[in-house]
Amino acid sequence: MKKESTLGEWINHRFPLSKMFREHASEYYAPKNFNIWYYFGSLALFVLINQIVTGIWLAMSYKPSAQEAFHSVEYIMRDVNFGWLLRYLHSTGASAFFIVVYLHMFRALLYGSYKKPRELLWVVGMFIYLCLMAEAFFGYLLPWGQMSFWGAKVITSLFEAIPFVGSTLVEWLRGDFTVSDVTLNRFYAMHIVLMPILLLGLVVVHILALHEVGSNNPDGNDIKKIKGPDGKPLDGIAFHPYYTVKDLVGLVIFLIVFLGIVFFWPDFGGYFLEAPNFTPANPLVTPEHIAPVWYMTPFYAILRAVPSKLGGVLSMAGAIAILFVLPWLDKNPVRSIRYRGWPYKLALTLFTISFVTLGYLGLMPPSPGRMIAAQLCSVLYFSFFIFMPIYTSLEVKKKVPDRVTS
Amino acid sequence: MLKMIKRIFGLILVCTMSYSVHATTQVALQKSPNQVCDQASLQRGAKLYANYCQSCHAMRYVRFQTMAKDIGIVNEEGKVLEEVVKTNLNFISDSVHDSMTNGMLPKDGEKWFGITPPDLTLETRVRGTDWVYTYLKSFYVDPARPWGVNNTLFPNVAMPHVLLELQGEQVLDPKTHQLTLSKPGKLSALEYDQLVTDLVNFLDYSAEPIKLKREKMGIGVMIFLVIFLVFAYLLKREYWKDVH
Repeated sequence: MKKESTLGEWINHRFPLSKMFREHASEYYAPKNFNIWYYFGSLALFVLINQIVTGIWLAMSYKPSAQEAFHSVEYIMRDVNFGWLLRYLHSTGASAFFIVVYLHMFRALLYGSYKKPRELLWVVGMFIYLCLMAEAFFGYLLPWGQMSFWGAKVITSLFEAIPFVGSTLVEWLRGDFTVSDVTLNRFYAMHIVLMPILLLGLVVVHILALHEVGSNNPDGNDIKKIKGPDGKPLDGIAFHPYYTVKDLVGLVIFLIVFLGIVFFWPDFGGYFLEAPNFTPANPLVTPEHIAPVWYMTPFYAILRAVPSKLGGVLSMAGAIAILFVLPWLDKNPVRSIRYRGWPYKLALTLFTISFVTLGYLGLMPPSPGRMIAAQLCSVLYFSFFIFMPIYTSLEVKKKVPDRVTS
Repeated sequence: MLKMIKRIFGLILVCTMSYSVHATTQVALQKSPNQVCDQASLQRGAKLYANYCQSCHAMRYVRFQTMAKDIGIVNEEGKVLEEVVKTNLNFISDSVHDSMTNGMLPKDGEKWFGITPPDLTLETRVRGTDWVYTYLKSFYVDPARPWGVNNTLFPNVAMPHVLLELQGEQVLDPKTHQLTLSKPGKLSALEYDQLVTDLVNFLDYSAEPIKLKREKMGIGVMIFLVIFLVFAYLLKREYWKDVH
């Protein structure tokens, strides 16, 4: 065995530290033409770390009991040094997480990042998204405000729609006949232990899967096909240092917006912190209008658009489930929207409009006009997927350049 | 007898409707002109709160000492003037470290008013400053109500008009739905507006005490980030020179 003169060598003989760094950073070749859409992956990772770090410190002062939860949050806001900052970083972080994840997913739709060979990468990403929604849902109960309580009550009661076992299942989920101290405790356990472990595990799998197949790019071509004499892709550049320094710029711009909200507008007009949630949970008083936080509202609008409860629940579940099979619905081998025909461009535009409109409608109290709008948007939402095999196979396939364009 | 039945009905209405009706009313909110950075206004608001509101509405999350420090009841060295707090604000305990609670038992409150008067620490975060400002200006004489007053913004509210002696009596024109002062109080309309502003200002502070500091801190953070952005960009440009 060679003499180990440095700590690095000592470690490398026992653990593949340098090897891993090379594989995943300094010798991981990413296409050189990433545009603004490619910042959101690393930003999502940053927000995840923010949530975990601030979450640890919040958990040091938070009390998961129906008697004390609301008070302990105000205690954090007032008596814990910088507790207010931790809380606002965490609450703003929750919304920021969904913003960057939605943009990250939209990027995949724009440039076909879910297509072969990245199907599994997309599916793992979808599992991350599912976990994220569960994590947000469990976490939202913890401040034990009016909206926490009633939101959890409405969402858990959806399981009642399942025939035969529904009501038993709801009781089992809540651990009580209604949302109570028992529910709060188990949601806390889910929020701070199970979901973060799953999320972190899935994120590792997501990154490993990405690095196995390589990153897609705005042109949707395969940079590994054309390599230089040194065996490196001609259109690829090392992730570190090129993309680490580029992502740093993106991160600082993101932080200006993110911390701008944290310091100057933490409620974000009632969208990030809802006003009714500053009233302690009261099982005897129903708020006039119960709406989930904005990131859940597109699916909530689909739920409400269907007149029957079971139908609504199935449609909502279906709206999320159908995203999983997206890689197999798109029959056009061309990845990037730059080289696709008008059918996909039109479909994606309509899909985006319907998703945003559904999000808006889910925030609003129901009315007959909004009901029709939500039904129309739900039909558009599902049409994007259901008719995808047809309109994508009819598309005129334009020639994709071999090299990336700048 | 008829009066008695009316009162009982009134109380039932209060119990069932006080929480469910308020936000469905169509009264336009008046803009509250309060500024949380105005310490004199905050101090007047604190005094008003301790004298007119606190015996029914606790502020359990606000500590006398922290509050006094935040709103500037301090000496030149920045130490809280404990004697001033004790004689002028703290009528509930002997310690400045206590929170602004009160002596009313919840079940007594419910017996007397039909509903336990809520804690108001976070009121302006729930309803907004404009709502509270408008609410305190919207009481009018209504003999049908248990306390002889009603409120246009919060119909059939359980709360009496505590500031009646200061504002005077308002009457509601059933046709135009406008409020007019029928019997002046101790203060002029302008003085009353200022008083309500001070009170709302104090509630705005109590709902989020850190508001005073976080915006100042935020400016520093923004300046740092903008400078950092310049250097981060220059670093990126330097590294990317050889990418063509």
